[in-house]
Amino acid sequence: MKAGIRYLVPIAALLAIAALLGSGLTHDPRLVPSPLVGKAAPPIVLPEVADPARTFDSANLHGKVWVLNVWASWCVSCRQEHPVLMVLRDQANLPLYGLDYKDTRDAALQWLAAAGNPYLSSASDPKGTVGMNFGVYGVPETYVIDKLGVIRYKQIGPLTPQVVDHTILPLVARLSQ
Amino acid sequence: MIPELGHFCLIVALLVALVQAFYGLVGAQRGVAAWIGAVRAAARTQALFAILAFAALAFSFYRNDFSVLYVAQNSYSGMPWYYRIAAVWGDHEGSMLLWITTLGLWTLAVTFFSRRLPDEMVARVLGVLGLVSFGFLAFTLFTSDPFVRILPAPSEGNGLNSLLQDPGMASHPPMLYMGYVGFSVAYAFAMAALLAGRLDSAWARWTRPWTTAAWAFLTLGIVLGSWWAYTVLGWGGWWFWDPVENASFMPWLAGAALIHSLAVTEKRGAFRSWTALLAIITFSLSLIGTFLVRSGVLSSVHAFAVAPRRGIYILTFLVVVIGASLLLYAWRAPRVGMGGRFAVVSREAMLLVNNVVFITATGAVLLGTLYPLIMQALNLGKITVGAPYFNAVFAPVIAPVLFLIGVGPIARWKQETVLTLAQRLKWAALVAVIAGLLFPFAMGRWKPLVALGLIAAAWILASGWVNFRRRIALQGASGMGWRRFRVPRAYAGMLIAHAGVGIFVFGLTLVSAYSVEHDVKLAPGDTTMLAGYALRFEGTRPASGPDYTAQRGTIVVSRNGRAVTTLHPEKRVYIATGTPVTTAAISYGLRGDVYAALGDDVGNGAWTARLYHKPFVEWMWLGWVVMAIGGFIAISDKRYRIRVKAHVATALSPAPNPRPAPQPRAVGLHEGSAT
Amino acid sequence: MNRFADHRPAAHRWNARRRRLVWILAVFGCFGVAVALIVNATRNNLVFFYSPTQVAERQAPYGRTFRIGGLVQMGSLHHEGDGVDIRFVVTDTAHSIPVVYHGVLPDMFEQGKGVVAQGRLGANGVFQADQVLAKHDADYMPPDAASALQAARATKSNAVARGGGG
Repeated sequence: MKAGIRYLVPIAALLAIAALLGSGLTHDPRLVPSPLVGKAAPPIVLPEVADPARTFDSANLHGKVWVLNVWASWCVSCRQEHPVLMVLRDQANLPLYGLDYKDTRDAALQWLAAAGNPYLSSASDPKGTVGMNFGVYGVPETYVIDKLGVIRYKQIGPLTPQVVDHTILPLVARLSQ
Repeated sequence: MIPELGHFCLIVALLVALVQAFYGLVGAQRGVAAWIGAVRAAARTQALFAILAFAALAFSFYRNDFSVLYVAQNSYSGMPWYYRIAAVWGDHEGSMLLWITTLGLWTLAVTFFSRRLPDEMVARVLGVLGLVSFGFLAFTLFTSDPFVRILPAPSEGNGLNSLLQDPGMASHPPMLYMGYVGFSVAYAFAMAALLAGRLDSAWARWTRPWTTAAWAFLTLGIVLGSWWAYTVLGWGGWWFWDPVENASFMPWLAGAALIHSLAVTEKRGAFRSWTALLAIITFSLSLIGTFLVRSGVLSSVHAFAVAPRRGIYILTFLVVVIGASLLLYAWRAPRVGMGGRFAVVSREAMLLVNNVVFITATGAVLLGTLYPLIMQALNLGKITVGAPYFNAVFAPVIAPVLFLIGVGPIARWKQETVLTLAQRLKWAALVAVIAGLLFPFAMGRWKPLVALGLIAAAWILASGWVNFRRRIALQGASGMGWRRFRVPRAYAGMLIAHAGVGIFVFGLTLVSAYSVEHDVKLAPGDTTMLAGYALRFEGTRPASGPDYTAQRGTIVVSRNGRAVTTLHPEKRVYIATGTPVTTAAISYGLRGDVYAALGDDVGNGAWTARLYHKPFVEWMWLGWVVMAIGGFIAISDKRYRIRVKAHVATALSPAPNPRPAPQPRAVGLHEGSAT
Repeated sequence: MNRFADHRPAAHRWNARRRRLVWILAVFGCFGVAVALIVNATRNNLVFFYSPTQVAERQAPYGRTFRIGGLVQMGSLHHEGDGVDIRFVVTDTAHSIPVVYHGVLPDMFEQGKGVVAQGRLGANGVFQADQVLAKHDADYMPPDAASALQAARATKSNAVARGGGG
């Protein structure tokens, strides 16, 4: 009798479902392709966190590839991300700038002093108006901006070493050529 | 210090789980008595350390230790202590720890309630459970460690998702996991039986109470989730066919099939290999459910984190565990005999149809849930499969079961005639049809589908009553007074659970057909009519709770000029997360709920609002609770605690041609087992 | 291992075979009905998702329920008439689609934030929504918590005074 074959049907079903689930893992259903990717970054003209008398103007960064990290002292996920940023500052030669989102200057300075400042400079956005132009969903978010001021990549949520190594650094290297 | 201890406990549990699995499986296979003897102790140690790890995390939450990343992300010092504890399972890492702890509790239960089972069987069962524990412990430690510290510690945490700060939602996951994870015991029994090559009625009898218990917990978990959606989400809906809901509903359906299939295997020795397969399928669906929820491959209102690495781990684990089980099954099952034969009209046949229907329904839900993935994989676009699909498929598929609930329990095993069944059930049928046809008039509007639904509900209840009467009559007049009405608990539990289905169908039919929903603008002093009730809006006032501020509305409900109740719907803003949450006010009643939720402030003290009348909606949940109660009553039957010696004796006695039993009675069948 | 069927007389075996056939037909019949139901349901009840750009490029069907998703354009939200007739604009910044909705908006609905609306596209190019979903994200920190944390400091210092700490 070939009855034995039918006992293998469940395994075939399992493999089919597993293949389907596996293919599902390669897509992110919540990935809202950011409408800003491929578009010019909104201008940032804000006081600097370190010295409010000075102005952070993104126009000065024209001609450079740079990375914008949206952060806040009250944000727990930013603390999770922070070591990655510190490594990035120390090891990779990457112009990393910050946007301090909906935060007070005192709290921000305190946090940077306590944990270390990974940014070349940070812009202070206490009301979140610039963040709104960037379509910030939440904190942290990270943007890679090219020489022409166009957003080339957007990371929602904390950066991980994998994202840095496999996506951000290669992208920055490519754009810098 | 405490978090590090918790982490250490997890590592110990991981190692002990490995010992437990090795001693259990290898010991039983080689027949090493010392190893078999050590399995219980190993299992208890493993469970204990898992529970300690959980306690450590709960303690960190209680103490507001925000240096633990997970605590900082999910708690907030202003929350009441009970929600801080509930926040343990508010997110991914803690949920996995809850999974492990629940598995620990079930393992512990197996070590205590298995004294009457052969040692070798227990060793195998615990060995399999040890492997499952190992898989989940490794997953938690390597991809989802809840004890990670962040330094410097934030001064305050993010707070728990405010939607989850509700008694129903706080107790929903533990209950659900008791069910989900409980099926691992049924699975472990099936694997042990396949390994030992004795897929017999004794095995079925051992498995039954565990399966029923898990299923009853899952039932309660689903009710709590549905209740939460109804009271907290503020849409007046109670079931959305959301992927996360489906993830719990599929094991429930398969578990229901397993319970019925186990009955046949125990009483008649039939369906043996099918029952073993069902046990594997049910647990697999629990694992797939875990995967769907935890990997985030499907978007859902519950939206957990997408973490591909976790997804890959669970998927691999799932394929290894289920794949190995199914291979073992494919190897062993063909050698299992068919068991007792039965006619086309017989109790076995009806239970077979029950199984086919339940599994078809499970498949339909699975297909609907995975459909978006299929479309995505084939690049056919982004789609959502919503309630219309599930309603259109599920209701007609499951309908035959509603009819069979009345007939099955009264039919004899092996062979029955249609005529006898008709004789016994004619009054129940008549009562059901009359009640079903007349009741809709009481609701004001007669609708054919309502009549159909109510006939089904009345039929289930009336035929249940006939069953009960007949059972008493067959027992003969033993005893006096109330003792005459005493039926075995397993039987009583079945009747009660079936009555629960009837009650559910009753509530479901009426609330689906006669709900009234109004979206209106209410200025202070406005009165709106809703299904015979007059609702007068008196405006809103600021209010506050332990960790939120709110606008609190006042709506006076009256009927025919007499005040009925006063509702206070709220629009809350939670301090920690800053998220607005609508808290509906509901006046509960057996004849229906009046439901009010505030929408937006539209100026001048006026608000938009949702006002619903939900007739007989409570009966749905009542029905589910009754089902769960039936399950718990069934497992308290002393039949499941008879000494093992007696079992083995019947199980081993040659009984190749079982006599037709007029009453359900244990019949030992053993001709099919291997080795 | 004995096979059950082998021990029975031929007549029985034939009988068993016929019975088996009846069962197999019944089971397949049941599955057939289910498959028919599923095919029918998928034809009518699947809801596709389109972006405003796809709608603007006329890729979305008229007269059929589908979903659109994007951001709620700042300043586009208007309550009309009773306050339960709502208009807003969904945008992906490249294209915008006006939406009308009768009902009460969900808690998470906010201008400038993500939204998904389910409904039909009218001939006038206005999307008539019968369901509006606003998604919140459990993954990372939503903004606006800064002010809340100031309020929370008082509570926290109490906790420390009572002897709390790591």
